[in-house]
Amino acid sequence: MRVETRRRWAIFGLTGPAYLWLTITIFLPLSAMLYFSFQKKGPFGKHASEFTLKHYEAFFTKDYLQALTWRSLEMGFHVTLLCALIGFPAAYVLAKRIKGRWREALFLLVVLPFWSNALVRIFSWTIVLRPDGILDRAVHLVAPGLPPVDLTDSYTAIIIGLTHSYLPYMILTCYLSLQAIDDSVIEAARSLGARAHTILWRIILPLAIPGLAAGSVLIFVPVIGSFFEPKLLGGTQGAMIGTVIEEQFTVVSNWPLGGALSFILLAIVLLILAVSSPFLKQHMRSQ
Amino acid sequence: MRKAGFLATAALVTALVAGQAAAEEIRVLNWQGYGTDEAWATEFFEAQTSITVVHDYFNSEQEMLTKLRTSPGAYDVVLINSAFTQQAADEGLIQAIDPSTISNFVDLAPGLRDAGEFKLAGNLYGVAWTWGLTSIAYDYTEVEPTGTINILWDPAYAGRVALRDDSVENIYIAALATGQNMNDPQDLDAIREKLRALKPQLRTYWASEDEWNKEFAADTFDVASYWSGSASRSAKTFGMPVGFLIPAEGAIAWLDGLSIAADAPNPEGAAQFIDFMVSAYHYMRWDTEVGAPASANAAVMNALPASAFNRQVLGNPAATANLQFMAPLSDEKRELFLEIWEETKAYYAE
Repeated sequence: MRVETRRRWAIFGLTGPAYLWLTITIFLPLSAMLYFSFQKKGPFGKHASEFTLKHYEAFFTKDYLQALTWRSLEMGFHVTLLCALIGFPAAYVLAKRIKGRWREALFLLVVLPFWSNALVRIFSWTIVLRPDGILDRAVHLVAPGLPPVDLTDSYTAIIIGLTHSYLPYMILTCYLSLQAIDDSVIEAARSLGARAHTILWRIILPLAIPGLAAGSVLIFVPVIGSFFEPKLLGGTQGAMIGTVIEEQFTVVSNWPLGGALSFILLAIVLLILAVSSPFLKQHMRSQ
Repeated sequence: MRKAGFLATAALVTALVAGQAAAEEIRVLNWQGYGTDEAWATEFFEAQTSITVVHDYFNSEQEMLTKLRTSPGAYDVVLINSAFTQQAADEGLIQAIDPSTISNFVDLAPGLRDAGEFKLAGNLYGVAWTWGLTSIAYDYTEVEPTGTINILWDPAYAGRVALRDDSVENIYIAALATGQNMNDPQDLDAIREKLRALKPQLRTYWASEDEWNKEFAADTFDVASYWSGSASRSAKTFGMPVGFLIPAEGAIAWLDGLSIAADAPNPEGAAQFIDFMVSAYHYMRWDTEVGAPASANAAVMNALPASAFNRQVLGNPAATANLQFMAPLSDEKRELFLEIWEETKAYYAE
């Protein structure tokens, strides 16, 4: 009994600070924002508190908000897909083909973007993508006859910038999953006559699904809410639900509408996760 | 004679020492690179008064208001656009200013100095400092303007137009283009349509003066909305072929004032700094060395060289006859304008 009590206190003492920290840093601000999203006015100025649903109604009555949300979801899908297509093979090579010093060096290259400021990364893309920029010059070095390459202020530029920013998440999560696959499983499949693509589709991919799924969530969620990347790289193509939310806070101090749109976005994310989780669970069980 | 001079010097030294003992520092809240933080200016002011000038910056008027609301006592002098002065005074964020503490007050143009926007219940809350226009700047090696605001909609410049990503500014431009009073537009549908018609024209948005200059230098656009003071800097400081158009339909005029924060730790130093900011000495150096918007100090505007951008463009009475000064804007209208602009941006992105 005494041991039991002591253990309980130990658990409490060890996890308490973390939960307290989470309560203060996540729960409190979020609930304050949830409260304001049902208020007529934000926290500033002189006015009485007044409950309203109009900020949530706005989303359902104003077509452009839905259109921009759809645009953001599409953007999230494109970036996640590209990260998976580029990140998975990279992670596979890192986990299964390269050993020792080289792996460390390549890992460094993967993590390197994390060490620079996100804003700096996006600004450096504007230098690469603009006419007479690095990309334009490189293309004309190879094929001088082509028209100037100008990707600035376009949807493509947004996708390139975001994919570059979020790719490391996909590589790292996939790496962990692929690393955990026992090489003897692959060897066994090979010795039983499975071809390369069969091994990939029937053994490696299913076993790596947790990594792919974790990476996708880590990328998809922040990308659909992103605002400065679309603004800086997208020009007139940069309108997203994230930029609308940002402008509610920075331009008109309309915290209630900004908050309501954020929670709607959160609800959409949770809905997508809820719909996809049975599918993922089934996949993991079938292993 | 010599004795009088000595006495005057002694009095000045005493005043300076007293000033120094009272306070060593004032804190200024302004846009970055907007006159108050020029190194030569703060050094000159410090040499004159022994008051050190410390700066903090904002990136939007809302951020400025938020900083005043959330950090009382953190600032002495704050730059406030005249459209926001009454709101700030009403919220108790700034204090009334005694005009007698500003020795250069008499030199300010009466129309700006006594503007109703600076007053609340008969008290003065802002000292007119600079004014200027938001209108259209163009590359004069590529564009020959005919004097109409519809140059933005001219198919000859399809894909060569840039606007600031700012709801109020663009709605005002569309209001002027549709012949409405920009401070009280009645036909918002006409404004929506006019803005939508810019879709084939529009290349990109700009957010800051620095970005405008970079994009202009990279030949991203030929015609764009711009601020007169910034256009003068682009032409003078950077030697770029920037022309500035004040169209027949009118232009958006703005007026910036300097105010003293409600809980300013050093209100006397703040008044001294404001007096220095509206002085002829500061403006002459600012405009000739850096490039400045028009000064509210009428005496110094007429003293500019005849070739100066500010005297040439803003001193021309015919061009400035049709200006509309920006009036205070209610939160509801600001939110409505943002909604119209965001809806338009969604349409541009389709």
